[in-house]
This record gives sequence, structure tokens and C-alpha cells, in this order.
Amino acid sequence: MSVVAELQQLKKGPAGGRKRKHKENKAGHLFLLPWTIGLIGITLFPMAASLYLAFTNYNLLQSPEWIGMENITRMLGDDRLHNSLQVTFTYVFVGVPIQLAVSLAIAMLLDRGMRGLSFYRSVFYLPSMLGSSVAIAVLWRQIFGHSGLINQLLAMVGIEGQGWVSSPDTALGTLIILHVWTFGAPMVIFLAGLRQIPDMYYEAASIDGASRFKQFFAITIPLLTPIIFFNLVLQLIGAFQNFTQAFIVSGGSGGPADSTLFYTLYLYQQGFGRFDMGYASAMAWLLVLIIASITAVNFWLSKYWVHYDD
Amino acid sequence: MKSTTPTQRAVKATVKHILMILASLAMIYPLLWMLVSSLRPNEAIFREPGILLTTLEFNNYVQGWNALSHPFSHFLWNSAIVVFASILANLIACSMAAYAFARLDFKFKVPMFAAMLLTIMLPVHVVIIPQYILFSNLGWVNTFLPLIVPKILATDSFFIFLMVQFIRGIPKDLDEAARIDGAGHIRIFFQVILPLMVPALATTTIFTFMWTWNDFFSQLIFLTSPDMYTVPLALRAFIDSTGESNWGGMFAMSIISILPLFLIFLFGQRFLIKGMATTGIK
Repeated sequence: MSVVAELQQLKKGPAGGRKRKHKENKAGHLFLLPWTIGLIGITLFPMAASLYLAFTNYNLLQSPEWIGMENITRMLGDDRLHNSLQVTFTYVFVGVPIQLAVSLAIAMLLDRGMRGLSFYRSVFYLPSMLGSSVAIAVLWRQIFGHSGLINQLLAMVGIEGQGWVSSPDTALGTLIILHVWTFGAPMVIFLAGLRQIPDMYYEAASIDGASRFKQFFAITIPLLTPIIFFNLVLQLIGAFQNFTQAFIVSGGSGGPADSTLFYTLYLYQQGFGRFDMGYASAMAWLLVLIIASITAVNFWLSKYWVHYDD
Repeated sequence: MKSTTPTQRAVKATVKHILMILASLAMIYPLLWMLVSSLRPNEAIFREPGILLTTLEFNNYVQGWNALSHPFSHFLWNSAIVVFASILANLIACSMAAYAFARLDFKFKVPMFAAMLLTIMLPVHVVIIPQYILFSNLGWVNTFLPLIVPKILATDSFFIFLMVQFIRGIPKDLDEAARIDGAGHIRIFFQVILPLMVPALATTTIFTFMWTWNDFFSQLIFLTSPDMYTVPLALRAFIDSTGESNWGGMFAMSIISILPLFLIFLFGQRFLIKGMATTGIK
């Protein structure tokens, strides 16, 4: 079961119609008390405040000043914001598909009962676990720096490298590579999904003389579509919010030449660098809208390609 | 499958293993290189793409440990406090919420459950600014409270979801039996459900550890003075203060900073991979 499946389940309404007991009602709300306070105080109230602030000019010192649509018109004319959107979309729509393809390919290679399976799985998963840490961002900054590991390796085969993170053409690419490198998380989910496909499907197909290639497209992919969908939704949502690596690799600037100015980084600069809280709130809501619409489109498109066999 | 001779199969398996070993090496090469570089003199880092260790230079560790305004142990300690409190808060608050969602019937259960699921997908950026204003008015900025209090209030919905899934797998007969024996919900929760939830609690512990230890964004926002810096902030301060000149020290402290994660990984791998495979958390 996944969050995605759970959400689809909710659309259909609650399962079963047990009679409510007064005692359970009270106990239920008691057990949920911390969560309810959190939902209202730390999520819903801040969301409402953020929506209000999006229409104000607020720098923390003076009280918020209502300016109507000004933040929105400012966003429309903000070239750095447009650039940050472009950077983020490139990162997400190049990085996520490559990462998913790699994770599926490796998951398929890791057969059941293969010797050393758990060793390989661990090795491939390790970067996923460390990938969002500052330490790895530091490492990346060195690896793709002018006298970094990549250039040392290239020099061994006689190629002269360049400063990959200091060139606007390649800096974003290094972060995409970092994203792909952390393919272990979706890979483990694919492995779990592949494990649920009954062996007999493949046996039947090979008796019918279907090639491996054909089996992949006729059995593996269709039966795996719920898992592909799940990974896709989660990875997209996650990738849009990436921050640490771009922050560390660019020293907080999003440079060179704004080439790694992720949307979240720009939002941070506006909100916590310049304390332009109104504008940053407006930006935050645009991010919510983008993520929500992409997730909604994903759900809508899923009707056409995701097969649930229930 | 097509019929193959045992030799053919052995050849195929060998080729596959060679490919897998090469891929594994490519995956962990940067990490091994960082480890080896942390034990090399600074100049050698810029010349040596290999991972053969010819010198053992612990100076990077000594010098890096003391490079900032506090010894690195100070930052490790700060991170440890935040991580420990977060784990405790998540275990208690999320398991309580999960018990209610999985086992009890109450008014507004469905909309509340839907809200819980939706908060999993909500970007933190939309609440972080008002949260900052709120915590700053409470005088909590530059304390650990903004990092811990939300967890006491079960805002890490993912763990609630994970635990709900787990509790649903526990036979209901057990609660019913306890209820017939006269146990109330609090006793059922503590004496029946919690002891059976250990795998889910372990997964929550491990993931909270990893995420809090690695968290950079909220710590960057809420912790402003070096006194309060956690490990990620200290590493970042390291880059800012020593620039590109001290890779050895930076790598040494990077290794120190990921060591706890690595240990957790070795120790909790089983829970980690299982927890992720069932729920899909990163």
C-alpha cells in the first residue's frame, strides 16, 4: 500500500460502516490531540498566514502592509524568478526520469536469489541515504571542481577538464548527476514491486516463445505501472523541493550566473536573506500550486497508463 | 526460460557479477575517495585520483576538529540533542495518532485522515515563513525548540501513515480480547498495540535519525549562532571560513558527520529497506 493508493482509496470513501460509539469518539480525539494541535497551529494557521502575507509587504520589523496583487505582478516581471523556475524544471524533468530509468534497470538486474543480492542492494542504497547531507554536497563541490576528482581522472586518459561547478553550462548538470546517483531509494521500491510479479507469468510467456524483450514490455512494465506511478509522484514532489545541494555547491548564491538557482534557493534568499517575507510567501504559494498541479496531472494521466489489478 | 547449459549459465552469472561489481564501485568510489583523501596531506588530494592509501595523515582530523570556534564535538552534541528529542517526540506523538486512525472511530475521522495524508505532500516552504514569525515572537529562534516542538505535535505525518499501515496488520482480535478483559483504550494502546509495533517504531527511529541528522534547511533557518550550530551548519561554516584551501579538514569532518548515518545504516538496514519498500520513503 502506498500513499498514492491510499489517497485513491479515500476518494471512494471510508471502508466499512461500523457504528460509532461515544466512548471511541472521545478516545479518538484524545489520542489525536497532539496531532490536532499541530495540524491547526503548525500547519493550517501558518498556511492561512502565508496566504495573507502573499498579498502584503512584510519585512518582520514593520507590520504587514496590504499591497494586493503587487507581489504577483512582481513575480511576473522577475527575471531571476523565471530563471529559477527554468533551472528547477530542468533539474526535475531531466533528473527524475533518468533516475527512475536507472533505478528500474538496476532493480531488474538484481534477480531474486542472485548471490550477493543484499550486498549490492546496500551498496546502491547507501548514496540515497547520504545524498541529501551537507557532507556529500561538499564532496560534490570538490569532485567537480577545477582540480577535482573528475578532472584528475580525465587527465589520466589525456583529456583536459574544466571547472564543472564553476561553469554556468555544466553546474546544473553536476547536480543532476548527484540526483541520479541517489537512485537507491526508488530502486528498493522497484525491487519490492518486481518481487510481487508471479513467476508463472514469465514461465507461461517463455513457453509461448516470447523473448525477454517482449516479456519486459508485455509483463514487467504493465504489472509495475502502479509502482512506477508511485515512484514518479514521490520523486517529482521531492525533487521540486531540493535545496541543500544547490545551496552548498554554489555557496548559497545559486551561481555561477544563477545556473543553479533552484526555486527553493531563491525563495530562501528572498525570505531569509532579504527578509522580504511577503514576496517569499507569494513564491511559496506558487510552488504549492506547481507541485499540486503536477501531482494532479499525474493522477489524471494515471488513468491511461496505470493498471491496478483489483 | 530458454534452455541453457550449466556452463552458459555460469558464464552469464559471472558476467553479471562483474557488471554489478563495476557498478557498485562507481557508486561508492566518491565515498571511498573522500575517506582516503581525509587521510592524505592537502596537496596530495589535488593530485591523487586513486584510492590507494600510501600515507596515514590524521592531522586533517585533529586540525578540522578544532578549526571552528568550538571543537567539533560541540556540534555533534547539539545534533545529538536535536536528534534524540525528535526521535522520542515522533515515537510518542505519531504512534498515538496512528492508533486513533487505525483502530478508533470518531467524528471527522475521514477528513482528518485525508488532511494527514495531504500534509505528507505539502512543501515545507509554504509554512516555514509564518512558522519562523511565530517562533521568533515566542523567542524560540536560536533554540532547539522550533526543531523539536513540531515533532511533539506529530507534524511528521509520514510516520503516522507508516504506523497506521502497520497497526492495520495487527489482528483486531487481540484488542477485542483485551477489551473483554476490561482494558480501556489507553491500556490497549500501551499493552497490546505498542509492543507489537516494534518494527514500525524501529523504522521510525532510524528514519527520524537520518532525516534530522541530515536536515539542513530548517536548522539553517532557526539556528543562528555558532553556539547552537548542528553538524550540517558547522560543515557549512567550515566551507565559508576555510574556502577551497582546506579540503583535507573538510573531508575529515564530512566523514565524521556521516559516520553516525553509516553506523545506523549497518545496524538498521533491515528495517530501513523494509520500511522503504512498503511505504516508499527516501
